[in-house]
This record gives sequence, C-alpha cells and structure tokens, in this order.
Amino acid sequence: MLDPYKIREDFPILKRKINDYPLIYFDNAATSQKPKQVIEAIKNFYENHNANVHRAVHTLSQEASELYENAHEEIAKFISANGMEEIIFVRGTTEAINLVAYAWGLHNLTKDDEVIVSLMEHHSNIVPWEILSKINGFKIKYAEVNDDGTLNYEKLESIISKKTKIVCISHVSNFSGVINDVKKLAKIAHENNALTLIDGAQSVPHLSINIKDLDADFLAFSGHKMLGPTGIGVLYGKQEILKDMEPFQGGGEMIREVSFNQATKRCSITWNDLPWKFEAGTPNISGGVGLMEAVKYLKKIGMENVKTHECQLTEYALRRMQEQRNIAIYGPKDVSAKCGIIPFNVKGLSSHDVALFLDNYGIMIRSGYHCTQPLHQIFKLTSSARASFYIYNTREEVDRFIEVLKEIEQV
Amino acid sequence: MVNVEDYVARIEGTCGEEKDVIVIFKYDKKDEVIARILKKAKTKRSISTIIFELTYDDVSFRLYGTGKAIFRSIKDKDELQRILSDLLL
Repeated sequence: MLDPYKIREDFPILKRKINDYPLIYFDNAATSQKPKQVIEAIKNFYENHNANVHRAVHTLSQEASELYENAHEEIAKFISANGMEEIIFVRGTTEAINLVAYAWGLHNLTKDDEVIVSLMEHHSNIVPWEILSKINGFKIKYAEVNDDGTLNYEKLESIISKKTKIVCISHVSNFSGVINDVKKLAKIAHENNALTLIDGAQSVPHLSINIKDLDADFLAFSGHKMLGPTGIGVLYGKQEILKDMEPFQGGGEMIREVSFNQATKRCSITWNDLPWKFEAGTPNISGGVGLMEAVKYLKKIGMENVKTHECQLTEYALRRMQEQRNIAIYGPKDVSAKCGIIPFNVKGLSSHDVALFLDNYGIMIRSGYHCTQPLHQIFKLTSSARASFYIYNTREEVDRFIEVLKEIEQV
Repeated sequence: MVNVEDYVARIEGTCGEEKDVIVIFKYDKKDEVIARILKKAKTKRSISTIIFELTYDDVSFRLYGTGKAIFRSIKDKDELQRILSDLLL
C-alpha cells in the first residue's frame, strides 16, 4: 500500500502555506509537484556531470551521455517498450503529437485519407491534425462521446474504414478522467490497417502501462505530470514505424553525416540511428535525468499502488461532493472506469469564482475549459472547475476541500 | 507619479465561454488596493473579509481578500484600464 503521509515528506513544496493555510494541491492533471529526489538529481547533474551529450571524448560528456541514454532506457522499461530506440525525448505531449503529425502525417496522408480524432481530446490532439489537414487535404472524422463522457465505441467503429490511416485518442480524458480502452481501439484500427496514436498525458503518470500489450503504434506523454521537470516528454513509437519516418526537425545530433557534393553543389545527409534521428539539437539533458529519477520514484511506489490510492481518494471525494446539494459533477462516477480527475461546477457560480474562493484557503484547483472546448460544448458548459489527485493527496485534504466547498454555498 | 501598474501584478483572461478577466494585485499592496476599491465601488454584499461583491460604473466584479478580482462583461482592455485607474488612483 502507498503511504501518502510518508510520500509527502519528499515534496518540499507541500510544506508551503498559501494565504496562511496549508497548501492543498489538487491541480495534478495540469502538472504534478516534484519530490526532492528529482530536484536533487537535476542539481547533481549540473553540479557534477554537466556537458553536452554524444560525440565528445572528454569524461564529462561521456558521463552526461551515459545518464541521458540511461534515462531513455529507464522510460522504455517503465512502459515495457522494446528499448531506447523506441523512446524519443521531446518537450512534452504536445510536441510528441506534433512530431507524429509532421514526421509521419505530412508524408503519409493524402486528400483521400481520413484521420479519426475523438471529441474528448485535449486541444493538442486536435489542433495539429486540423492544421495538417489544411496542408494535405485529408478528412478528419470526430469520434463521438456519450452523455456520460465515455467514448462511443460503436459510433467509432462505424466511422472507421479502409480510408482511415490513423486513430488519435487519449488514454485518459483530462476533463473527466474516463479511461478509454485503447487496446480495443488499437485492435479496431489495425483491422483496418490504420495506426493508433495514444495521448498518454493523463494515463502514464497514473496507470501501469505495458505498451506491447496495448499494441498502440505511438504513445505521447509528459514528464512534468509524472513528478518530472517541465520541458521533457516522450514519444514512444514502434521501431519499424519510426525507422521509415522522415525526421521532424533538422540539425545536429539527428544526422550521421552531412557531406558536400562538388558535382551537385548540394549536401547529402544521412540520418542518425533511433532515437537520435528525432532529437535534433542539444537535448534537454537535465530534463531527461530528472524524468529518469521521477520514473524510479514511481516504480518504487508501484504503479498499481498509485492507481489504488487515487481510486480510493476519488471514490471518497466523489461521495462527499455528491452529498452537497449545489455541486454538479460531470462524467462517470464509477471509479473503476476513471482516473483521479473530478470535473464539477457549483450552481450559480462561475468555475473561476470557485477556484478563486478555494485559493483563498490555499486549495489549488483549475477552472476553465482545460483545453477541451469541444467536450465542454457537448456537456453544454461554459467552463468547469476540476480537482485532480496524485500520490501525495490525502483524505484530510479532501475533507478540507469539502468544508470550503460548503462555505461557497453562502456566496 | 503613481499609476495602475504600481498595484497590478498580472491580468489574466479566463479560459471559458465567460471571457471574464482576473486582475491579480501585487501581494504587498493588496490591503491598500482593497481599501481603495472598497472606498470607491458600491458593495452589493460581502462575506467576512474573504469576498466583496461590488459594482462600479455598471461593471460588476468580485474582489477577494487574497488581492485578486474577477471582472465580468468587460468590453476591452481600455475599459478595464479606465476602471482600474478610477478605482486605484
């Protein structure tokens, strides 16, 4: 079992007071807090090992290269990928999706093709495809969402066809926390010779992921939502697909050779091996080191324990929130079908007022669209408040949150 | 000479259909800001010193004890700037 009280000791920021109240951080779907182990790993890198990676013979560069490569290996093991060749470090989920759109989509999608995206997607899994469709002319088909916020699998199956080239779906909704059956989706996509891109921003930090079992072709996730630093994220891709893809960006690191041809007066270029072919320029080395430490921290706790803790906390919070007359909660209430995200509104108040009121008492939640405006349109919401939990949150914090929500009723 | 920027730390447009504007006042000046605003705006109601529901020049807004205010139905930046100038200076 996970002990949140012991875990909290590792998170310096949780000792902070906001407006003279102990900090209660319920905005974990936006970003997680960082344990001292991650902070120390980054500090240690800069104090003892900082150098640019690869193609240098000096000791520091060898140390930095080894750490950076180990980080790739650690992530590969974390999601049960075949190896670091399948792990590309990027800035975050958004860049990972853009990488697939431009390095794969730009070269493989034509005007006769179709791309399926769900209406529950974060804008980062909608906008790149809409932009690209204006260039390549392919059609985007949106998979519908049921009234409870779950994906309508039947309708999705009815829109997929031999024209479909890729299905882009989030594993866990960042609005409702709904868990999609991505293994089933990958199977449906593959039966139609389509690829799958899974937005794992809200799943990889909270669930045990075996990418081989899910059989998704691409998986995108962010380090900062899983105890790691900002500015580092991951694109997993099946090696055979990545090998055939064109690079995303050009520059140093991603090439093996650039030679000037006297006859053609042009440079001929050969790409570097995977994953470096997709990591142009000096990478975020310290970010990789920090993410590696974050993954080690999560592995030590055990991802099954992470999920169990969040389920219990979400179940408790949902029960307490449903006792309040003026609170409307969206999405499914069955915690076995969702992660620790609760979207809600307080009747008669804007979500921003709710967030500002809670902020008064040191409680941090998010308000607005959460980058899921189409899903808000389906729910007929102008905005929503969102509480989201992680390993260091406790029942006492939920109790305090409920106490303050009760006070809001006076407003 | 004192100006609005001396009191305002950040102005954020909210994310959502409402298009409200949140003004975050400088933390060290929040008590002075609250006192100045309460003097000029009309208080519709207040809850302790946590929230003040106010109106000024037909614009309604809520002022929080933490030194943050949420303005509704603001036409544009110029209108917000004018109201803040009136209230703070």
